[in-house]
Amino acid sequence: MTIGDVAIRIKDVSHQFGEPGDAQFVRVLQHASLDILRGELVCLIGPSGCGKSTLLNVIGGLIRPSSGTVEVGANLIHGPLPREIAFVFQENALFPWCTIIDNVRLGMVFQGVSKDQHEDRARTSLEAVGLSEFMRYYPEQLSGGMRQRAALARALSLETNILLMDEPFGALDEQTRMILGEDLSVLLARTAKTIVFVTHSLGEAVFLADRVAIFSARPGTIKATIKIDEPHPRKPGFVTTEKFAQLRNQLYGLLHDEIRKGVEFTAVMGPDS
Amino acid sequence: MNGQQEQQERWLSRCLQIGFVLVLLLLWYLGTTYWGISGILLPNPVMVLHDLKEVLGSGEFLPDLEVTLFEVAVAFALSCVSGLALGYLISRSPYLIAMFEPLLSSVYSIPIILFLPLFVLFFGLGPWSKIALGATISFFPIVLNTIAGFGYVDRIFITAARSMGASNAQMFRYVLLPAALPVVLTGLRIGFTIALLAVLGSETIASFAGHRIAQLADAMETVRMFAYITFAVAIAAGLNALVSSLERQAKRR
Repeated sequence: MTIGDVAIRIKDVSHQFGEPGDAQFVRVLQHASLDILRGELVCLIGPSGCGKSTLLNVIGGLIRPSSGTVEVGANLIHGPLPREIAFVFQENALFPWCTIIDNVRLGMVFQGVSKDQHEDRARTSLEAVGLSEFMRYYPEQLSGGMRQRAALARALSLETNILLMDEPFGALDEQTRMILGEDLSVLLARTAKTIVFVTHSLGEAVFLADRVAIFSARPGTIKATIKIDEPHPRKPGFVTTEKFAQLRNQLYGLLHDEIRKGVEFTAVMGPDS
Repeated sequence: MNGQQEQQERWLSRCLQIGFVLVLLLLWYLGTTYWGISGILLPNPVMVLHDLKEVLGSGEFLPDLEVTLFEVAVAFALSCVSGLALGYLISRSPYLIAMFEPLLSSVYSIPIILFLPLFVLFFGLGPWSKIALGATISFFPIVLNTIAGFGYVDRIFITAARSMGASNAQMFRYVLLPAALPVVLTGLRIGFTIALLAVLGSETIASFAGHRIAQLADAMETVRMFAYITFAVAIAAGLNALVSSLERQAKRR
Protein backbone atom coordinates (compact mmCIF):
# COMPACT_ATOMS: atom_id res chain seq x y z
CA MET A 1 0.00 0.00 0.00
CA THR A 2 1.22 3.51 -0.79
CA ILE A 3 0.69 6.58 1.32
CA GLY A 4 -1.89 7.87 -1.17
CA ASP A 5 -4.17 4.95 -0.41
CA VAL A 6 -4.48 5.82 3.24
CA ALA A 7 -7.58 7.90 3.97
CA ILE A 8 -7.22 8.07 7.74
CA ARG A 9 -3.96 7.57 9.60
CA ILE A 10 -4.34 7.11 13.35
CA LYS A 11 -0.93 7.42 14.98
CA ASP A 12 -0.31 6.43 18.56
CA VAL A 13 -3.48 8.03 19.95
CA SER A 14 -3.91 8.01 23.72
CA HIS A 15 -6.68 9.70 25.62
CA GLN A 16 -7.55 10.15 29.25
CA PHE A 17 -10.31 11.97 31.08
CA GLY A 18 -9.17 13.94 34.14
CA GLU A 19 -5.69 14.02 35.67
CA PRO A 20 -3.84 11.16 37.38
CA GLY A 21 -4.89 11.12 41.03
CA ASP A 22 -8.41 12.49 40.36
CA ALA A 23 -11.32 10.32 41.42
CA GLN A 24 -12.66 10.75 37.88
CA PHE A 25 -9.40 9.85 36.18
CA VAL A 26 -9.88 7.28 33.40
CA ARG A 27 -7.40 6.21 30.77
CA VAL A 28 -9.62 5.25 27.84
CA LEU A 29 -7.21 4.88 24.92
CA GLN A 30 -3.60 3.84 24.93
CA HIS A 31 -1.34 4.00 21.89
CA ALA A 32 -4.00 3.16 19.34
CA SER A 33 -2.67 3.13 15.77
CA LEU A 34 -4.45 2.18 12.57
CA ASP A 35 -4.31 3.05 8.87
CA ILE A 36 -7.65 3.06 7.12
CA LEU A 37 -7.60 2.81 3.34
CA ARG A 38 -9.57 4.88 0.90
CA GLY A 39 -12.96 3.29 0.25
CA GLU A 40 -12.56 0.81 3.08
CA LEU A 41 -15.23 0.02 5.67
CA VAL A 42 -13.58 -0.62 9.01
CA CYS A 43 -15.57 -1.77 12.02
CA LEU A 44 -14.27 -0.97 15.48
CA ILE A 45 -15.40 -3.57 17.97
CA GLY A 46 -14.52 -4.09 21.61
CA PRO A 47 -15.81 -4.33 25.16
CA SER A 48 -17.85 -1.51 26.71
CA GLY A 49 -15.73 1.45 27.71
CA CYS A 50 -12.74 0.40 25.60
CA GLY A 51 -12.62 3.80 23.93
CA LYS A 52 -13.84 2.89 20.45
CA SER A 53 -16.38 5.71 20.41
CA THR A 54 -13.75 8.04 21.84
CA LEU A 55 -11.43 7.11 18.97
CA LEU A 56 -14.23 7.82 16.49
CA ASN A 57 -14.73 11.26 18.03
CA VAL A 58 -10.99 11.86 17.87
CA ILE A 59 -10.99 11.01 14.16
CA GLY A 60 -13.91 13.39 13.64
CA GLY A 61 -12.16 16.19 15.53
CA LEU A 62 -14.81 16.34 18.27
CA ILE A 63 -12.35 15.27 20.97
CA ARG A 64 -8.75 16.37 21.07
CA PRO A 65 -6.64 13.39 22.18
CA SER A 66 -4.23 13.66 25.13
CA SER A 67 -1.46 12.53 22.77
CA GLY A 68 -1.02 11.18 19.27
CA THR A 69 -2.34 12.42 15.93
CA VAL A 70 -4.91 11.67 13.28
CA GLU A 71 -4.32 12.59 9.65
CA VAL A 72 -7.11 12.72 7.13
CA GLY A 73 -5.59 13.08 3.67
CA ALA A 74 -3.22 15.99 4.00
CA ASN A 75 -4.97 17.41 7.08
CA LEU A 76 -3.81 16.97 10.62
CA ILE A 77 -7.04 16.84 12.65
CA HIS A 78 -7.49 19.75 15.10
CA GLY A 79 -11.25 20.11 14.98
CA PRO A 80 -14.23 19.07 12.85
CA LEU A 81 -13.64 18.88 9.10
CA PRO A 82 -17.24 19.13 7.89
CA ARG A 83 -16.32 19.03 4.21
CA GLU A 84 -14.40 15.78 4.64
CA ILE A 85 -16.13 13.96 7.46
CA ALA A 86 -19.79 13.33 8.29
CA PHE A 87 -21.16 11.63 11.40
CA VAL A 88 -24.06 9.33 12.15
CA PHE A 89 -24.57 9.14 15.90
CA GLN A 90 -26.06 6.39 17.99
CA GLU A 91 -28.58 8.56 19.72
CA ASN A 92 -31.23 10.30 17.85
CA ALA A 93 -29.32 13.39 16.75
CA LEU A 94 -32.03 14.70 14.43
CA PHE A 95 -33.36 18.11 15.46
CA PRO A 96 -36.89 17.44 16.76
CA TRP A 97 -38.11 20.91 15.78
CA CYS A 98 -37.40 20.33 12.06
CA THR A 99 -39.10 18.02 9.60
CA ILE A 100 -36.98 15.23 8.11
CA ILE A 101 -36.19 17.18 4.96
CA ASP A 102 -35.41 20.32 6.96
CA ASN A 103 -32.99 18.29 9.08
CA VAL A 104 -31.20 17.23 5.91
CA ARG A 105 -31.22 20.80 4.58
CA LEU A 106 -29.89 22.21 7.83
CA GLY A 107 -26.83 19.93 7.61
CA MET A 108 -26.06 21.49 4.24
CA VAL A 109 -26.62 24.99 5.64
CA PHE A 110 -24.04 24.25 8.34
CA GLN A 111 -21.61 22.73 5.86
CA GLY A 112 -21.97 25.77 3.58
CA VAL A 113 -23.51 24.13 0.51
CA SER A 114 -24.95 26.73 -1.87
CA LYS A 115 -28.68 27.02 -1.50
CA ASP A 116 -29.72 26.01 -5.01
CA GLN A 117 -28.34 22.51 -4.40
CA HIS A 118 -30.20 21.88 -1.13
CA GLU A 119 -33.46 20.63 -2.56
CA ASP A 120 -31.90 18.22 -5.07
CA ARG A 121 -29.38 16.76 -2.71
CA ALA A 122 -31.90 16.39 0.11
CA ARG A 123 -34.36 14.57 -2.14
CA THR A 124 -31.70 12.32 -3.63
CA SER A 125 -30.34 11.25 -0.26
CA LEU A 126 -33.79 10.70 1.25
CA GLU A 127 -34.71 8.61 -1.76
CA ALA A 128 -31.53 6.57 -1.32
CA VAL A 129 -32.56 5.57 2.20
CA GLY A 130 -36.20 5.05 1.21
CA LEU A 131 -37.74 7.96 3.08
CA SER A 132 -39.10 10.07 0.22
CA GLU A 133 -42.66 9.68 1.43
CA PHE A 134 -41.79 10.72 4.96
CA MET A 135 -39.76 13.85 4.37
CA ARG A 136 -42.46 16.18 5.69
CA TYR A 137 -42.78 14.22 8.95
CA TYR A 138 -41.20 15.23 12.23
CA PRO A 139 -38.64 12.83 13.76
CA GLU A 140 -40.95 11.93 16.65
CA GLN A 141 -43.51 10.64 14.16
CA LEU A 142 -41.08 8.05 12.78
CA SER A 143 -39.85 4.74 14.20
CA GLY A 144 -36.31 4.42 15.55
CA GLY A 145 -35.15 2.64 12.40
CA MET A 146 -36.59 5.33 10.15
CA ARG A 147 -34.97 8.03 12.24
CA GLN A 148 -31.58 6.41 11.79
CA ARG A 149 -32.22 6.20 8.05
CA ALA A 150 -32.96 9.92 8.13
CA ALA A 151 -29.74 10.57 10.06
CA LEU A 152 -27.90 8.57 7.40
CA ALA A 153 -29.57 10.60 4.66
CA ARG A 154 -28.42 13.80 6.36
CA ALA A 155 -24.85 12.49 6.45
CA LEU A 156 -25.01 11.31 2.80
CA SER A 157 -26.31 14.66 1.58
CA LEU A 158 -23.10 16.27 2.85
CA GLU A 159 -21.20 14.27 0.18
CA THR A 160 -18.12 13.78 2.31
CA ASN A 161 -15.42 11.24 1.53
CA ILE A 162 -15.50 9.89 5.04
CA LEU A 163 -18.45 8.66 7.09
CA LEU A 164 -18.10 7.97 10.80
CA MET A 165 -20.87 5.88 12.33
CA ASP A 166 -21.08 5.52 16.10
CA GLU A 167 -23.21 2.46 16.80
CA PRO A 168 -25.87 3.82 14.47
CA PHE A 169 -28.15 0.82 14.98
CA GLY A 170 -27.30 0.36 18.66
CA ALA A 171 -30.71 1.40 19.96
CA LEU A 172 -32.71 -0.68 17.46
CA ASP A 173 -34.17 -4.16 17.73
CA GLU A 174 -32.40 -7.13 16.16
CA GLN A 175 -34.62 -7.45 13.09
CA THR A 176 -34.61 -3.77 12.19
CA ARG A 177 -30.84 -3.87 12.62
CA MET A 178 -30.47 -6.73 10.16
CA ILE A 179 -32.56 -5.00 7.51
CA LEU A 180 -30.75 -1.69 7.97
CA GLY A 181 -27.41 -3.52 7.78
CA GLU A 182 -28.37 -5.12 4.49
CA ASP A 183 -29.61 -1.82 3.07
CA LEU A 184 -26.48 -0.05 4.25
CA SER A 185 -24.25 -2.58 2.51
CA VAL A 186 -26.14 -2.08 -0.77
CA LEU A 187 -26.13 1.69 -0.39
CA LEU A 188 -22.46 1.95 0.45
CA ALA A 189 -21.33 -0.39 -2.31
CA ARG A 190 -22.53 2.31 -4.69
CA THR A 191 -20.50 5.07 -3.09
CA ALA A 192 -16.75 5.10 -2.69
CA LYS A 193 -16.81 6.36 0.87
CA THR A 194 -14.33 5.51 3.56
CA ILE A 195 -16.31 4.38 6.57
CA VAL A 196 -15.47 3.79 10.21
CA PHE A 197 -18.27 2.00 11.99
CA VAL A 198 -18.37 1.39 15.74
CA THR A 199 -20.44 -1.58 16.84
CA HIS A 200 -21.04 -4.02 19.69
CA SER A 201 -22.41 -6.69 17.43
CA LEU A 202 -20.08 -9.40 16.10
CA GLY A 203 -22.51 -10.32 13.33
CA GLU A 204 -22.89 -6.71 12.23
CA ALA A 205 -19.12 -6.28 12.10
CA VAL A 206 -18.57 -9.39 9.98
CA PHE A 207 -21.52 -8.60 7.73
CA LEU A 208 -20.54 -4.99 6.97
CA ALA A 209 -16.78 -4.62 7.26
CA ASP A 210 -13.86 -5.01 4.93
CA ARG A 211 -11.74 -5.12 8.03
CA VAL A 212 -12.58 -5.43 11.72
CA ALA A 213 -10.35 -3.80 14.33
CA ILE A 214 -10.60 -5.46 17.73
CA PHE A 215 -10.01 -3.37 20.83
CA SER A 216 -8.60 -4.58 24.11
CA ALA A 217 -10.37 -3.76 27.38
CA ARG A 218 -9.78 -0.29 28.82
CA PRO A 219 -7.39 1.37 28.37
CA GLY A 220 -8.22 0.44 24.78
CA THR A 221 -5.70 -0.29 22.13
CA ILE A 222 -6.13 -2.08 18.83
CA LYS A 223 -5.28 -5.68 19.58
CA ALA A 224 -5.77 -7.23 16.15
CA THR A 225 -7.47 -6.66 12.82
CA ILE A 226 -9.09 -9.31 10.67
CA LYS A 227 -9.97 -9.00 6.99
CA ILE A 228 -13.42 -9.94 5.74
CA ASP A 229 -12.81 -10.96 2.15
CA GLU A 230 -16.29 -10.81 0.63
CA PRO A 231 -17.45 -8.51 -2.16
CA HIS A 232 -19.93 -5.69 -1.54
CA PRO A 233 -22.86 -5.45 -1.54
CA ARG A 234 -23.16 -8.35 0.87
CA LYS A 235 -26.04 -10.70 0.18
CA PRO A 236 -28.45 -11.50 3.03
CA GLY A 237 -27.45 -15.15 2.48
CA PHE A 238 -23.88 -14.34 3.55
CA VAL A 239 -25.02 -14.63 7.16
CA THR A 240 -25.81 -18.32 6.80
CA THR A 241 -22.54 -19.34 5.14
CA GLU A 242 -19.77 -21.39 6.75
CA LYS A 243 -17.37 -18.53 6.05
CA PHE A 244 -19.50 -16.09 8.04
CA ALA A 245 -19.70 -18.48 10.98
CA GLN A 246 -15.94 -19.03 10.93
CA LEU A 247 -15.15 -15.31 10.84
CA ARG A 248 -17.64 -14.63 13.58
CA ASN A 249 -16.11 -17.36 15.74
CA GLN A 250 -12.64 -16.04 15.11
CA LEU A 251 -13.80 -12.60 16.17
CA TYR A 252 -15.52 -14.03 19.23
CA GLY A 253 -12.31 -15.86 20.19
CA LEU A 254 -10.32 -12.64 20.00
CA LEU A 255 -12.91 -10.65 21.92
CA HIS A 256 -14.03 -13.02 24.63
CA ASP A 257 -11.25 -12.42 27.15
CA GLU A 258 -11.36 -8.68 26.61
CA ILE A 259 -15.12 -8.54 27.13
CA ARG A 260 -14.75 -10.42 30.42
CA LYS A 261 -12.08 -7.97 31.58
CA GLY A 262 -14.25 -5.08 30.45
CA VAL A 263 -17.29 -6.35 32.33
CA GLU A 264 -15.32 -6.86 35.53
CA PHE A 265 -13.83 -3.41 35.21
CA THR A 266 -17.26 -1.88 34.69
CA ALA A 267 -18.57 -3.74 37.73
CA VAL A 268 -15.88 -2.06 39.83
CA MET A 269 -16.01 1.40 38.26
CA GLY A 270 -19.65 1.66 37.34
CA PRO A 271 -20.83 2.03 33.75
CA ASP A 272 -20.46 5.04 31.48
CA SER A 273 -17.26 6.29 33.01
CA MET B 1 -53.94 10.25 15.35
CA ASN B 2 -57.61 10.74 14.72
CA GLY B 3 -58.36 14.37 13.99
CA GLN B 4 -62.10 14.03 14.49
CA GLN B 5 -61.75 12.34 17.84
CA GLU B 6 -59.28 14.99 18.92
CA GLN B 7 -61.75 17.70 17.92
CA GLN B 8 -64.48 16.01 19.92
CA GLU B 9 -62.29 15.78 22.98
CA ARG B 10 -61.45 19.47 22.68
CA TRP B 11 -65.13 20.32 22.48
CA LEU B 12 -65.97 18.19 25.47
CA SER B 13 -63.29 19.74 27.65
CA ARG B 14 -64.32 23.25 26.55
CA CYS B 15 -67.96 22.46 27.50
CA LEU B 16 -66.87 21.12 30.89
CA GLN B 17 -64.84 24.26 31.54
CA ILE B 18 -67.78 26.51 30.72
CA GLY B 19 -70.10 24.26 32.72
CA PHE B 20 -67.84 24.57 35.76
CA VAL B 21 -67.99 28.37 35.63
CA LEU B 22 -71.78 28.31 35.17
CA VAL B 23 -72.25 26.00 38.16
CA LEU B 24 -70.10 28.33 40.26
CA LEU B 25 -72.25 31.30 39.21
CA LEU B 26 -75.40 29.35 39.93
CA LEU B 27 -74.18 28.45 43.42
CA TRP B 28 -73.32 32.12 43.98
CA TYR B 29 -76.80 33.14 42.93
CA LEU B 30 -78.57 30.45 44.96
CA GLY B 31 -76.40 31.10 48.00
CA THR B 32 -77.11 34.79 48.11
CA THR B 33 -80.77 34.67 47.06
CA TYR B 34 -82.17 31.63 48.88
CA TRP B 35 -79.66 30.31 51.39
CA GLY B 36 -79.28 33.44 53.42
CA ILE B 37 -75.66 34.40 52.91
CA SER B 38 -75.27 37.99 54.11
CA GLY B 39 -75.19 40.52 51.30
CA ILE B 40 -72.41 42.39 53.04
CA LEU B 41 -70.10 39.38 52.86
CA LEU B 42 -71.15 38.20 49.42
CA PRO B 43 -73.47 40.37 47.37
CA ASN B 44 -76.02 38.98 44.97
CA PRO B 45 -74.55 38.45 41.45
CA VAL B 46 -77.50 40.20 39.83
CA MET B 47 -76.74 43.34 41.82
CA VAL B 48 -73.07 43.01 41.01
CA LEU B 49 -73.90 42.78 37.32
CA HIS B 50 -76.03 45.89 37.64
CA ASP B 51 -73.19 47.80 39.28
CA LEU B 52 -70.71 46.47 36.77
CA LYS B 53 -72.82 47.96 33.99
CA GLU B 54 -72.87 51.24 35.84
CA VAL B 55 -69.10 51.24 36.32
CA LEU B 56 -68.49 50.36 32.67
CA GLY B 57 -71.06 52.92 31.51
CA SER B 58 -69.67 55.77 33.56
CA GLY B 59 -66.12 55.21 32.39
CA GLU B 60 -64.88 56.02 35.89
CA PHE B 61 -62.48 53.05 35.62
CA LEU B 62 -60.65 54.39 32.56
CA PRO B 63 -57.89 56.42 34.21
CA ASP B 64 -57.33 53.57 36.71
CA LEU B 65 -57.17 50.97 33.95
CA GLU B 66 -54.77 53.07 31.92
CA VAL B 67 -52.39 53.42 34.85
CA THR B 68 -52.57 49.72 35.72
CA LEU B 69 -51.93 48.56 32.15
CA PHE B 70 -49.08 51.04 31.79
CA GLU B 71 -47.50 49.73 34.97
CA VAL B 72 -47.84 46.10 33.90
CA ALA B 73 -46.43 46.83 30.44
CA VAL B 74 -43.37 48.68 31.73
CA ALA B 75 -42.74 46.15 34.51
CA PHE B 76 -42.97 43.26 32.05
CA ALA B 77 -40.74 44.95 29.49
CA LEU B 78 -38.07 45.59 32.13
CA SER B 79 -38.12 42.03 33.46
CA CYS B 80 -38.09 40.59 29.92
CA VAL B 81 -35.02 42.48 28.84
CA SER B 82 -33.06 41.89 32.03
CA GLY B 83 -34.24 38.29 32.55
CA LEU B 84 -33.55 37.16 28.98
CA ALA B 85 -30.15 38.87 28.78
CA LEU B 86 -28.89 37.73 32.18
CA GLY B 87 -30.36 34.25 31.79
CA TYR B 88 -28.65 33.77 28.44
CA LEU B 89 -25.30 35.00 29.74
CA ILE B 90 -25.48 32.72 32.78
CA SER B 91 -26.49 29.73 30.66
CA ARG B 92 -23.25 29.98 28.64
CA SER B 93 -21.13 28.58 31.44
CA PRO B 94 -21.81 25.53 33.63
CA TYR B 95 -19.88 27.28 36.37
CA LEU B 96 -22.17 30.33 36.29
CA ILE B 97 -25.24 28.08 36.20
CA ALA B 98 -24.04 26.20 39.26
CA MET B 99 -23.43 29.49 41.03
CA PHE B 100 -26.50 31.54 40.10
CA GLU B 101 -29.30 29.05 39.56
CA PRO B 102 -29.69 27.99 43.22
CA LEU B 103 -29.26 31.59 44.33
CA LEU B 104 -31.97 32.89 42.00
CA SER B 105 -34.40 30.09 42.75
CA SER B 106 -34.09 30.62 46.48
CA VAL B 107 -34.74 34.35 46.12
CA TYR B 108 -37.69 33.46 43.84
CA SER B 109 -39.30 31.55 46.71
CA ILE B 110 -39.32 34.64 48.97
CA PRO B 111 -42.64 36.56 48.87
CA ILE B 112 -41.11 39.74 47.48
CA ILE B 113 -44.43 41.59 47.85
CA LEU B 114 -43.58 41.85 51.57
CA PHE B 115 -40.93 44.37 50.55
CA LEU B 116 -43.55 46.70 49.05
CA PRO B 117 -43.05 49.33 51.80
CA LEU B 118 -39.38 49.41 50.87
CA PHE B 119 -40.24 49.91 47.21
CA VAL B 120 -42.62 52.71 48.18
CA LEU B 121 -39.85 54.27 50.20
CA PHE B 122 -37.48 54.17 47.23
CA PHE B 123 -39.86 54.99 44.40
CA GLY B 124 -42.70 56.88 46.06
CA LEU B 125 -46.44 56.17 46.11
CA GLY B 126 -46.83 56.69 42.36
CA PRO B 127 -46.72 54.08 39.60
CA TRP B 128 -42.94 53.56 39.78
CA SER B 129 -43.03 51.62 43.05
CA LYS B 130 -45.49 49.14 41.49
CA ILE B 131 -43.49 48.96 38.29
CA ALA B 132 -40.33 48.24 40.24
CA LEU B 133 -42.07 45.59 42.32
CA GLY B 134 -43.72 43.95 39.29
CA ALA B 135 -40.45 43.95 37.37
CA THR B 136 -38.51 42.50 40.30
CA ILE B 137 -41.01 39.70 40.92
CA SER B 138 -41.48 38.73 37.27
CA PHE B 139 -37.72 38.86 36.62
CA PHE B 140 -37.22 35.55 38.46
CA PRO B 141 -39.33 33.11 36.45
CA ILE B 142 -38.02 34.69 33.25
CA VAL B 143 -34.35 34.47 34.17
CA LEU B 144 -34.72 30.94 35.61
CA ASN B 145 -36.54 29.61 32.55
CA THR B 146 -34.06 31.27 30.24
CA ILE B 147 -31.22 29.51 32.07
CA ALA B 148 -33.12 26.22 31.97
CA GLY B 149 -33.92 26.66 28.28
CA PHE B 150 -30.48 27.61 27.01
CA GLY B 151 -28.36 25.86 29.65
CA TYR B 152 -29.68 22.34 29.24
CA VAL B 153 -29.84 21.88 25.47
CA ASP B 154 -29.12 18.21 24.74
CA ARG B 155 -25.36 17.88 24.05
CA ILE B 156 -25.97 15.59 21.09
CA PHE B 157 -27.65 18.42 19.12
CA ILE B 158 -24.71 20.72 19.73
CA THR B 159 -22.18 18.00 18.88
CA ALA B 160 -24.05 17.06 15.71
CA ALA B 161 -24.27 20.68 14.56
CA ARG B 162 -20.59 21.22 15.33
CA SER B 163 -19.60 18.11 13.36
CA MET B 164 -21.46 19.51 10.36
CA GLY B 165 -19.57 22.80 10.65
CA ALA B 166 -22.14 25.13 12.26
CA SER B 167 -20.76 28.60 13.03
CA ASN B 168 -21.56 30.23 16.38
CA ALA B 169 -24.31 32.34 14.83
CA GLN B 170 -25.80 29.30 13.09
CA MET B 171 -25.58 27.32 16.31
CA PHE B 172 -27.62 30.01 18.07
CA ARG B 173 -30.22 30.48 15.37
CA TYR B 174 -30.79 26.89 14.30
CA VAL B 175 -30.00 24.87 17.43
CA LEU B 176 -29.93 26.78 20.72
CA LEU B 177 -32.88 29.07 20.04
CA PRO B 178 -35.37 26.47 18.80
CA ALA B 179 -34.29 24.05 21.54
CA ALA B 180 -34.71 26.65 24.28
CA LEU B 181 -37.79 28.46 22.95
CA PRO B 182 -40.59 26.41 24.53
CA VAL B 183 -39.08 26.70 28.02
CA VAL B 184 -38.24 30.39 27.60
CA LEU B 185 -41.75 31.21 26.35
CA THR B 186 -43.28 29.46 29.35
CA GLY B 187 -41.05 31.64 31.55
CA LEU B 188 -42.29 34.75 29.77
CA ARG B 189 -45.93 33.75 30.25
CA ILE B 190 -45.45 33.04 33.94
CA GLY B 191 -43.50 36.31 34.24
CA PHE B 192 -46.37 38.22 32.69
CA THR B 193 -48.97 36.67 34.96
CA ILE B 194 -46.84 37.43 38.00
CA ALA B 195 -46.20 41.01 36.89
CA LEU B 196 -49.96 41.51 36.62
CA LEU B 197 -50.58 39.96 40.04
CA ALA B 198 -47.86 42.03 41.63
CA VAL B 199 -49.10 45.30 40.17
CA LEU B 200 -52.74 44.68 41.07
CA GLY B 201 -51.77 43.38 44.49
CA SER B 202 -49.58 46.34 45.32
CA GLU B 203 -52.29 48.71 44.11
CA THR B 204 -54.73 47.36 46.69
CA ILE B 205 -52.22 48.61 49.22
CA ALA B 206 -51.34 51.91 47.57
CA SER B 207 -53.34 53.83 44.94
CA PHE B 208 -55.28 53.35 41.68
CA ALA B 209 -57.45 50.49 40.38
CA GLY B 210 -56.50 47.97 43.04
CA HIS B 211 -56.74 50.69 45.64
CA ARG B 212 -60.30 51.44 44.67
CA ILE B 213 -61.21 47.84 45.44
CA ALA B 214 -59.64 48.12 48.87
CA GLN B 215 -61.36 51.47 49.48
CA LEU B 216 -64.77 50.03 48.64
CA ALA B 217 -64.11 47.11 50.97
CA ASP B 218 -63.33 49.53 53.78
CA ALA B 219 -66.54 51.41 53.03
CA MET B 220 -68.49 48.12 53.09
CA GLU B 221 -69.68 48.82 49.56
CA THR B 222 -69.33 45.17 48.70
CA VAL B 223 -71.57 45.24 45.62
CA ARG B 224 -69.50 47.89 43.93
CA MET B 225 -66.31 46.21 45.17
CA PHE B 226 -67.36 42.94 43.55
CA ALA B 227 -68.18 44.79 40.37
CA TYR B 228 -64.61 46.08 40.34
CA ILE B 229 -63.18 42.67 41.20
CA THR B 230 -65.18 41.08 38.39
CA PHE B 231 -63.87 43.70 36.06
CA ALA B 232 -60.26 43.17 37.18
CA VAL B 233 -60.64 39.39 36.86
CA ALA B 234 -62.03 39.76 33.35
CA ILE B 235 -59.14 42.01 32.30
CA ALA B 236 -56.56 39.68 33.86
CA ALA B 237 -58.13 36.58 32.29
CA GLY B 238 -58.29 38.32 28.92
CA LEU B 239 -54.64 39.35 29.06
CA ASN B 240 -53.60 35.87 30.14
CA ALA B 241 -55.52 34.25 27.33
CA LEU B 242 -53.84 36.65 24.92
CA VAL B 243 -50.35 35.86 26.21
CA SER B 244 -51.04 32.10 26.25
CA SER B 245 -52.23 32.13 22.66
CA LEU B 246 -49.16 34.13 21.63
CA GLU B 247 -47.03 31.51 23.38
CA ARG B 248 -48.79 28.66 21.58
CA GLN B 249 -48.44 30.37 18.24
CA ALA B 250 -44.73 31.04 18.73
CA LYS B 251 -44.15 27.42 19.76
CA ARG B 252 -45.96 26.14 16.70
CA ARG B 253 -44.15 28.54 14.36
